[in-house]
Amino acid sequence: MENQSIITIEKLVKRFPMGKDSFTALKNINLKFGTGEFTGLIGPSGSGKTTLLNILGSLDVPTEGTVHVLGKSIGALTTKEAAQLRKESLGFIFQSYNLLAVHTVFENVEFPLLLLKYAKSLRHKMVMDALEWVGLTEKVHSKPPQLSGGECQRVAIARAMVKKPSLVLADEPTANLDAANSHHILKTMETLNRELNTTFIFATHDEKVISYLQRKIYLLDGRVDKDEIITSEKSVAQ
Amino acid sequence: MKLAIKLAYRNLIGAGLRTWLNVIVLSFSFVVIIWLKGIMSGWDYQAKTDMTNWEIGGGQYWQENYDPLDPFTLLDSHAPIPAELQPEIDAGAVVPMLIVQGTIFPEGRMQAVNIKGIPSDQKIFKIPTQKLDTATDAIPAVIGAMMARNSRLKTGDLLTLRWRDANSTFDAADIVIVDIFSSNVPAAELSQVYIAMDKLQEMMLLPGEATTLTFGESKENRSEISGWTLKTKTMLTKQVDEMIKTKSAGQTILFAILLLLAMLAIFDTQVLSIFRRQKEIGTYIALGYTRGQVVCLFTVEGTMHAVLAAIVSMIYGMPFLLWQAKVGWTMPVDASEFGMAMAQTLYPVYSIGLVASTVIVVTLTTAVVSYLPSRKIAKMNPTEALRGKLQ
Repeated sequence: MENQSIITIEKLVKRFPMGKDSFTALKNINLKFGTGEFTGLIGPSGSGKTTLLNILGSLDVPTEGTVHVLGKSIGALTTKEAAQLRKESLGFIFQSYNLLAVHTVFENVEFPLLLLKYAKSLRHKMVMDALEWVGLTEKVHSKPPQLSGGECQRVAIARAMVKKPSLVLADEPTANLDAANSHHILKTMETLNRELNTTFIFATHDEKVISYLQRKIYLLDGRVDKDEIITSEKSVAQ
Repeated sequence: MKLAIKLAYRNLIGAGLRTWLNVIVLSFSFVVIIWLKGIMSGWDYQAKTDMTNWEIGGGQYWQENYDPLDPFTLLDSHAPIPAELQPEIDAGAVVPMLIVQGTIFPEGRMQAVNIKGIPSDQKIFKIPTQKLDTATDAIPAVIGAMMARNSRLKTGDLLTLRWRDANSTFDAADIVIVDIFSSNVPAAELSQVYIAMDKLQEMMLLPGEATTLTFGESKENRSEISGWTLKTKTMLTKQVDEMIKTKSAGQTILFAILLLLAMLAIFDTQVLSIFRRQKEIGTYIALGYTRGQVVCLFTVEGTMHAVLAAIVSMIYGMPFLLWQAKVGWTMPVDASEFGMAMAQTLYPVYSIGLVASTVIVVTLTTAVVSYLPSRKIAKMNPTEALRGKLQ
């Protein structure tokens, strides 16, 4: 794991309006993430992990504080700039896969490359490479409804990884999978993290995922409760 | 935009039956609108062609007292044929016609008619005037099929014709029906009896006189002649234009209803799509689309229904429209009752302009209808859309 920081969070507060009042989902978060991390935001439902992930993914903005992702201040980005950041540098993996149901596996994985306007031949090669990483080359013409849950999530990983983004954000990626599929998915992501040096940040409370993490950030009621870096045999709390 | 079209196409094809139901409804609108507009164009074309062939030629000079809607003017609606037109008359480029009132007595009944004297060798009208050269004891006469039907006359029938000559003296003679023509032009048929020009001039004691002078070639800038009023073809067909315009306005309501039905289906589909596909919308945004681009995608998707409908319309509509152009549409009621130049069978005429304008109007309407519900996407919170949470 390298130490070069790609995400810096300082005094992050996120509030959501609730009628006349507001609900504070994140309270004074200060974190840094380095390149090639395999990190999890761990916590029970309502702890703020998905909210934090959404802000890191420029899908939401901070109420207070600053969040810099790949040198860009999330709160200061225009809609277009945020879309550009997501398009070029971020990959998303969702709990319910969020694949485009009427598109084939190939088309689903190809989508981010279409947005980047890559040439057809290059797109084809990159999609096939991505499908090879996740072991789904024989399913290129299948559509999501024809795939198992594990296969769908592998397609989602391929879609997130196909453009070789700097950062992949995965929200409960194993929540809908059985143990065998979960381990398969996690091993795949671990390999991609290692081989492509892509930063992975998970929002999870799944023990199977937690067991793979190199860094565990425990969130409780919108606050960082514990930040643990796992070395080969022992964990180090920051 | 290219990507939006590509994705929209994939989404539409992938949606299967839902897409094809909308496309079929829309294509039905395309075909019906084009067919109805074709019928209107065909009617317009047929009415003007028939009027040209049977009633007005390329335009007319009317003796200044002549008013076809006022029979009392006929007594004084005659004048010597202007000398300057004589060369054209001799060349067959202008046909003089003398029109007077008369009475016939078919089967003992009395019926007022216009007696029209027309040169038997004329070539401008399709009226079979050459039959007026038939040698018979009675005066040869030609009538239209509508009159023959109403008066129960047939070729060979002999009947009495009474008229009042220039000296206001009543006279009568027998006429024989030598031919019956069919023209679709009530003004050329109903209560009209055609006899030879020279014979009528002789009967009326009006040698060398005429009521109308019809020229074969349509010219808008013919010179004025003293004592005669120039009626160009445009002026004479104005009534048809106005009638077609009125009919077209009525048809617009039908088009609007058809379009409304199709648009309702598209609008419903769009609303349902945005309601059901929130996760997909969120996913597009997460993958790097702006909300504006997603709005564009959904608008293109809706609009593409019209494009697919145009293609589907071509597949089944083109053979139908071509078949209709060939066999025509026969009206279920007697068209001669309408009192206007209208054939019993109307042949639709389609032009590229008609088809293109229909496709453009329907496509633009579809685009607007697709865009309206898609605007909701712009207000969506992507994080909630991603979870499929209703907004």
